[in-house]
Amino acid sequence: MEGCAQEGQVKLLGVEYSPFLLRVRIALSLKGIHYEFIEEDIQNKSELLLQTNPVHKKIPVLIQNGKPVCESMIIVQYIEEAWGNKAPNLMPKDPYDRAIARFWAAFIDDKVVPCLREVVTGQGEQQQKAVQELVANFLILEESVRTNPCFSGKLYFGGDEIGFVDIALGGLSAFVKALGKATNSVLIDEEKMPLLSAWMDRFCEADGVKEGMPDPAKVLEFISAMRVKFTSPPTAK
Amino acid sequence: MEGCGEDGQVKLLGVAHSPFAVRVRIALALKGIHYEFIEEDIYNNKSELLLQSNPVHKKVPVLIHNGKPICESMIIVQYIEEAWGSKAPFLMPKDPYDRAIARFWAAFVDDKFTPSVWGVLMGEGEEQVKAVEESVANLLLLEEVLSGKAYFGGDEIGLVDIALGGVLIGVQMIQKVTHTVLIDTQKMPLLSAWAHKFCKANGMKEVLPDPAKLFELLSERRAKLTSPPAGN
Repeated sequence: MEGCAQEGQVKLLGVEYSPFLLRVRIALSLKGIHYEFIEEDIQNKSELLLQTNPVHKKIPVLIQNGKPVCESMIIVQYIEEAWGNKAPNLMPKDPYDRAIARFWAAFIDDKVVPCLREVVTGQGEQQQKAVQELVANFLILEESVRTNPCFSGKLYFGGDEIGFVDIALGGLSAFVKALGKATNSVLIDEEKMPLLSAWMDRFCEADGVKEGMPDPAKVLEFISAMRVKFTSPPTAK
Repeated sequence: MEGCGEDGQVKLLGVAHSPFAVRVRIALALKGIHYEFIEEDIYNNKSELLLQSNPVHKKVPVLIHNGKPICESMIIVQYIEEAWGSKAPFLMPKDPYDRAIARFWAAFVDDKFTPSVWGVLMGEGEEQVKAVEESVANLLLLEEVLSGKAYFGGDEIGLVDIALGGVLIGVQMIQKVTHTVLIDTQKMPLLSAWAHKFCKANGMKEVLPDPAKLFELLSERRAKLTSPPAGN
């Protein structure tokens, strides 16, 4: 395998259709890194998963030469640094631009992701409220693309090429689209969020990304299964 | 001011006793960076400067370096490390894997540990008991991470030390306010020794919050919980 000696052995534990897994797969794909994907059964976690992520017992986990890295955006930063000489660069060089990239990736993790969870698991009014909050957060992102000098007028959050924030948000895109369908709502409205819409289309069509985009029907199935799991009444103990 | 030309103009907006501002002050102190500290009245009267510099969250701390704002305490700490990258001490390891591990545990402190300790302060009855159990479990994990090292960063203070160090006095005072033991010297000898060493490190005394003052503030916070709200 090309470059295998440098890469060593790379394994990725994950659950197909998980947006967090997708983030890591995109980063690996962009860098052209070969890896073995190991599908996990969350109802029946493997010994390997429990050993490599004993603290959270969650996926994704990247294992390189036997050493595990956990948490999707920490894994993406690791990929960028461990394969630092391999283009494309997923992080800017300038310390200030890096801080801005980390800020928006954190915004996506701390604000957008919890909303997504609430929309998946919520019912009725609670779900509606979560949808509204999600849309509000997307509007904040739209505003940042419009006005932040780091992003304004550029193809991607990373500039000319896909970067850290693109991966943080883009990894969620199939999930967001399917969630919109599942809840009969428009989450990224082309009229209200023209820049974000255009960005999402561009991201999903990009080389290195489009090949790995999951089948929308399968993602919808994945979300429906999650809803059933979280919204079905608890069985009597 | 020594090094001011190289440092440029550095301002820090924050609340002096808040663990998040403390983290940034620790990093600035370690790197010997001069800055102007601007105390914010975040409950009653946020400054124009704060609202302009952090329009998304309107929160402190915010570091402003040559007019450019950086937000979120651990992002600011990483910025300080990178913007003053040639200035010792180094707050991040060099090796990518070690860096990933440092980021993992810093995130753990933020996402798991700090909320569990806050749960001890704000919890009552069984909820509080659960929060204490969770906090202790989290600390035991951190105890393991420390293993044979002086600091989480190795021989010197690093990212995880700063993440945890920022909340340390808070944790100690929450123990006092709630009459609980979180950092148990018997179960966590390494962490206890680390806490002691950390507080005594160069420059820490000036930036760590005054324990007595913090005790008062946290007591007031807890008291609001248990006293009935003024007429609705």
